[in-house]
Amino acid sequence: MAMKLPFFHPSQVAKPAIMNLYISIQNDDFSHSVEYQTLCNDAPSIGAIVTFCGLVREFDDGRGEALFLEHFEGMTEKTLTHICEQAAQRWPIISARIIHRIGPMNLGEQIVFVGINSAHRKAAFHACEFIMDFLKTDAPFWKKAITSDSEYWVEAKTSDQAASETWKK
Amino acid sequence: MLQLRYFASLRDQLNCESEVLEWCDNLKTAVDVRAILISRGEQWATTISKPSVLIAINQEIGSNDSTISDGDEIAFFPPVTGG
Repeated sequence: MAMKLPFFHPSQVAKPAIMNLYISIQNDDFSHSVEYQTLCNDAPSIGAIVTFCGLVREFDDGRGEALFLEHFEGMTEKTLTHICEQAAQRWPIISARIIHRIGPMNLGEQIVFVGINSAHRKAAFHACEFIMDFLKTDAPFWKKAITSDSEYWVEAKTSDQAASETWKK
Repeated sequence: MLQLRYFASLRDQLNCESEVLEWCDNLKTAVDVRAILISRGEQWATTISKPSVLIAINQEIGSNDSTISDGDEIAFFPPVTGG
C-alpha cells in the first residue's frame, strides 16, 4: 500500500531561516556605517555584504523641497517580513536589515536602507535588489511631496511595478 | 462590526481616517463593503470606485472577491510609493 504523503499548505512548509531579520520603521535618521558593521559582525561564514541606501531627491518635475512619509503600521512590518522570507527561499542569505523612515524629510536625507549578507556575492546582490523591488510595490508607504506653494501625494510609477514583475517570471 | 481604515490620498479625499461599519449577514466579500461606500454620494463613489484603489483585509492585500467576516479590519488605500 502506497504511503500517503502528508499535505502541507505552503504556509506550513518550513521556511529557510534568515539567521537575523531586522526591520525598523522610524522617524530618526540612521547610520550606514553602523548598519554595515552590524552586517559584518553577524557570523564567520559571511563573505559578502550588499547594501542599498535610498535618498530623498528632487522630484521628476524639478520641484520639491521636502517629503512626508506615511505608512500602515503593522501591515508594513508584515509585508517586509514576507518579502524577506521570499528572498530567503530563493537565495542563501544570512541576514537582512531594513530601515525605512517615516515622517518629514528634506532633500538629500536618507530614506531607506536594505542590507544583506551572505556567504557569496550573487545571493547578496540578488536578494537586496529583490527586497527593494518588492518594497517599492508591496509595502504600504506613501510619499507626500511638499513644495513652497503646495503639497501633493506622489503617484506610483509603472516602472516600479514592472521591476517587481520581472521576478515573477 | 467591521473596522474600516483609509490611508494617504484616500483619507484626504474622503476626510475620514477610520470608521466602524455595522455587520450584517448580507456582507460576503469586500466588494459588498465597497458598494456601501460608493452609495454614500459622489465624493465616495469617485474615490472608492477607482480601479487602482487597493484593499487590505486584516493587513493582507485582498481583492473585491476576498471573503470578509464579522470583526475584520478592512483598509482602502492608493498604490504604494515608498522606498
